[in-house]
Amino acid sequence: MNTLLNLAVAAVLAGTPLLLGTLGEILTEKSGNINLGVEGMMFMGAIAGLAAPYLYEQQVLLVGSTPSKLAGAFLALAASFLAGALGALIYGFLTITLRANQNVTGLTLTIFGTGIGNFFGEYLGSQAGGYVALGDELKAAFANLSIPGLSQIPVIGKLFFQYNWVVYFAIVLALCMNHFFQRTRVGLNLRAVGEDPATADAAGINVTRYKYAATVIGGGICGIGGMYMSMVTTSGVWVYNCVSGYGWLAVALVIFATWNPARALLAALIFGGLTVLRLYLRIPGMPMQIYEMFPYIATILVLIVTSIRQSRENVQPKSCGKNYFREER
Amino acid sequence: MDGHTLDYAVQMKNITKFFGTVTANHQVSLELRNGEILALLGENGSGKTTLMNMLSGIYFPDSGTIKIRGREVTIRSPRDAFELGIGMIHQHYKLVEPLTAAENIVLGLPGGMYVNRRQVNEKVREISRRYQFDLNPKKKIYSMSVSEKQTVEILKALYRGAEILILDEPTAVLTPQETEKLFTVLRNMKEDGKSIIIITHKLHEVLAISDRVTILRKGEYIGTVETAAATQEDLTEKMVGRPISLEIERPKTQRGEEMLKVVDLTCLRPDRVKALNKVSFSAYAGEILGIAGIAGSGQKELCEAIAGLYPVSGGSILYNCQTDGTQVMENIVGQRSDQIYRKGISMAFVPEDRLGMGLVGSMDMVDNVMLRSYRRNPGIFVDRKKPKEISEKLIRDLEIQTPGVHTPVRRLSGGNVQKILLGREIAYEPLVLVVAYPVRGLDINSSYKIYDMLGEQKKKGVAVIFVGEDLDVLMEISDRILVLCGGKVSGVVKPEETTKEKLGLMMLRVTQDEEVIE
Amino acid sequence: MKGQRMIRMVKRDAISSKKQWMIRGIALVGALLAGAFLILSLGHNPLAVYKDMLAGALGTPTVRRETVKLAIPLLITAIGISFAFQMRFWNIGAEGQILMGAVCAGYFAFFQYDNLPRPLLILVMMLAGMIGGGIYGMIPALFKAKWGTNETLFTLMLNYIALAFIKYLKNGPWKAPHSQFPKMAMLDDRARLGKILGIHWGWILALVLVVLAYFYFTKTKQGYEISVVGESTDTARYAGIPVSFVLIRTMILSGALAGLAGMLQLAGSDYTITESTAGGVGFTVITVAWMAKMNSFGMLAVAVFIAVLERGSNKIQTTFKIPASAAEVLTGMILFFMLGCEFFINYKLVVSKREEAGA
Repeated sequence: MNTLLNLAVAAVLAGTPLLLGTLGEILTEKSGNINLGVEGMMFMGAIAGLAAPYLYEQQVLLVGSTPSKLAGAFLALAASFLAGALGALIYGFLTITLRANQNVTGLTLTIFGTGIGNFFGEYLGSQAGGYVALGDELKAAFANLSIPGLSQIPVIGKLFFQYNWVVYFAIVLALCMNHFFQRTRVGLNLRAVGEDPATADAAGINVTRYKYAATVIGGGICGIGGMYMSMVTTSGVWVYNCVSGYGWLAVALVIFATWNPARALLAALIFGGLTVLRLYLRIPGMPMQIYEMFPYIATILVLIVTSIRQSRENVQPKSCGKNYFREER
Repeated sequence: MDGHTLDYAVQMKNITKFFGTVTANHQVSLELRNGEILALLGENGSGKTTLMNMLSGIYFPDSGTIKIRGREVTIRSPRDAFELGIGMIHQHYKLVEPLTAAENIVLGLPGGMYVNRRQVNEKVREISRRYQFDLNPKKKIYSMSVSEKQTVEILKALYRGAEILILDEPTAVLTPQETEKLFTVLRNMKEDGKSIIIITHKLHEVLAISDRVTILRKGEYIGTVETAAATQEDLTEKMVGRPISLEIERPKTQRGEEMLKVVDLTCLRPDRVKALNKVSFSAYAGEILGIAGIAGSGQKELCEAIAGLYPVSGGSILYNCQTDGTQVMENIVGQRSDQIYRKGISMAFVPEDRLGMGLVGSMDMVDNVMLRSYRRNPGIFVDRKKPKEISEKLIRDLEIQTPGVHTPVRRLSGGNVQKILLGREIAYEPLVLVVAYPVRGLDINSSYKIYDMLGEQKKKGVAVIFVGEDLDVLMEISDRILVLCGGKVSGVVKPEETTKEKLGLMMLRVTQDEEVIE
Repeated sequence: MKGQRMIRMVKRDAISSKKQWMIRGIALVGALLAGAFLILSLGHNPLAVYKDMLAGALGTPTVRRETVKLAIPLLITAIGISFAFQMRFWNIGAEGQILMGAVCAGYFAFFQYDNLPRPLLILVMMLAGMIGGGIYGMIPALFKAKWGTNETLFTLMLNYIALAFIKYLKNGPWKAPHSQFPKMAMLDDRARLGKILGIHWGWILALVLVVLAYFYFTKTKQGYEISVVGESTDTARYAGIPVSFVLIRTMILSGALAGLAGMLQLAGSDYTITESTAGGVGFTVITVAWMAKMNSFGMLAVAVFIAVLERGSNKIQTTFKIPASAAEVLTGMILFFMLGCEFFINYKLVVSKREEAGA
């Protein structure tokens, strides 16, 4: 029982960056852009989300006062969003304005973003004389919360009320996004853009603006997911290649979640669980490294099952992968 | 009328539009009076749709002026067009398939953060009542018939308060009955004070519905006439630029042997719905068998099944072929294309989607000509010598306009693309020739060239199967017409023994029967 | 509304190849300039850094040999994935295919080296590498052919599985005897490749493959089939091409070449297998193949260029303490610029001044 509870809690913690990456990519794909650069954007968000509070801390320590937790958290959030959004903006400019191939541009963004993350991670590390690590004060900004009254409830408190704030942020974001697609006018328009940009265009929707907005905001959300990796998963220390495949898992989870942000919650939880399973559920005789394969094997199974079970609804927006150009002739 | 500007809903003056080096419209002018139906007549490629797209904000003119209700305007986007009360119903419906009718109707409209679905549905019902449409606002587009989709398009324009409606070839995919219903609606709207432009190349429709006709030819303005004072011949000459006979030559031939026999053919679509349901018929040497039906009645699947490209779940497809000097009917169901070829079955197929199926757009003519025959020489290397000779011969014989055999076929015009495709299929001297919508999108000259080529094949004793959408053409070119409806054969008739209206009823019949049963 | 300038995009009909290359050249310069700004922002002199990169990659015969050694797996794998890419099959699993090739070759190299005469051993290793990579490439193709399973993610996931498999091997069954750390042994001399001009002979093989790949695509029926399938599966079906079969056959070839690169990496360069045996090659080659527009001779040039970049980045890490990840950043930037410049090859911008009456 206790193991199961611990596994559930660990799954939530491990699933959160996946959830953020998935949400960002869902938003992007809803506009008809398939951005395979999630991994890259997460790397960019990871380094920016670490560097901003780190540099802020250095400045504050220089003048001899203590850094503020709130400011640190905000800086991490804002910087990672902007970094992810910047990556997505490059992607958007190339695919939306310059009509480059979406697959290759996304892959390039992954190469570029991975490079940027590791480059600045190492660079900051070498400047700091070894490695980048955040002080305890700011690390605490990403520690588990303790909500008086709620966190202390047995089981329930641990299961629901003691995560760091990014977890709640991600869950609320997923619910909001679901509401946005289902109910709002802008959400409806965005779905139309992703399904059939020519039609949306003829209906008076500014396709380019929608595509840019969805792609850039989506990239920003992916960036926040990256920040989670560097601030929570590795607790404020830059670890080389820290995102290591989470971005790609997120791309696959979009399929598992059938482009539905609410379902992404469940998908992320399951995959979060799979990534940490080895720590909680030992099968005798099974080598550790085989556990590492689980999330990837599960992803493949999901891909296969969804491809066999084809349906008319809950599928990828139809224009995904194709660039739209009005005066094509 | 004194031509006072306030009498005009639309005045387009000296509009010019280029696409790259191609001039789509050159100094074109057009005037639409308030409360009239204007037909915009021209061949395929004459620039009608381009001109109207500039009115609806899809394209922007390179020069010229547009006045709406007497006021000069700049229309940069579809939204500008709505605001001026212009609504366009495109030939290829611009509807988002997974959304409902109501969602499509409110798409892109300004308004609050949320869509009030109840209010929208109410307003849609109200407009429907006024003009006698029949539509369920909650129905998703992908489950709609073609004419339902058209209704959504028209409602969409009216919902946005369109006073000026443009319809691009609205009848192309409708049965004669549906066309009549549409015309009634259009007349209702005219009574209601709307101004309507209908783009078409069908002369009898022009005469039936319009008040005046504006004619375009090769992107240029030819003239405008009052419909009451116009005749078919007169309009044709203006449209084509010279007197032309509209008769399609139907060479008299003796019907030969049975070349193809289809028995109880049943095919399933990927979603397990029957695309073809126990279809049986025969095709004979020296005859053109027309196939009619509303869009999506199983024509595509039938063609592909006959060509051995579509999975068959029941029935047989028998070809007449020579085996060791004796004639047998060989069943191709379940055989691979190379096996079919080795049996000596010689069948050619011109698919509906020319560049998406029949040809490889990015390849040159030589590589396209060898598409269906590259395996015939032994060895691992391709032989481009013979295809090159064939290509050069096709260019000469069919007057294909191309810079050379090595130009990617995508760069060529629709008529030339179709000549290459049909030319290639004929070059290998088939016994059965299946053509699907061979003149779609082609100008009159190219169309008649294609009809001539089909007539030639018939004279040579080929069994030709012609899938078409224009009933007039089908009636003229076919020796017999098979009508498909909902994947079933609703009858085989001779054109001289039937009328368009009867064909139209046959195109709908089976579905009506089914509705009664269910 | 007032009169305003409008910039419109107009599709070009045709463009001379000279002009095309000029545009690409400008894009390359642009990318290097962007890189220069990055270097500048770190407080270094871009010219000095670029010069040091060149010196580090091409300055002496020794480094030149190292650069060529880096280019070999890039070139062979790029040719491999270009087979898949021509078919619009997004094989981004070359990384895994390289590793699986190395593992299969490694089985013979580590455990059978004294049972086989040397030429035969090397031949068997090559075949094993190609079979390993080929099978690993075939798996996603089978599913794609049968159900249309998304190959991009499938091949990608296989990379991580291969990586975990290597970790498992080096921790367990293939752990070097008497080693304190989880790692594999070094190859016996007999399982190592011989050298020609100071570099293992894989470079000759790579050059032969460049020519073969060129002929495969332009002259053979199989190459023709790949082009048709890549353009449209409907057309391929219409032409009687067995699409599934071509898909699987081509992916086996694609994976086999990556597997071969893995074997060469093992037997010619690393002499052991680690998680970094593939070292990002599988991703970098996407850049190589795409920038060369799938032309194998072009890939030769691009592969060497990328190798120079990577070698150079290692050099500047020691000279200027600029992290070697700069290679990835620069590669990314160059490809961004290359992707962007295609637009200016296909379209031209026209500035038209509109004057509205009454404005």
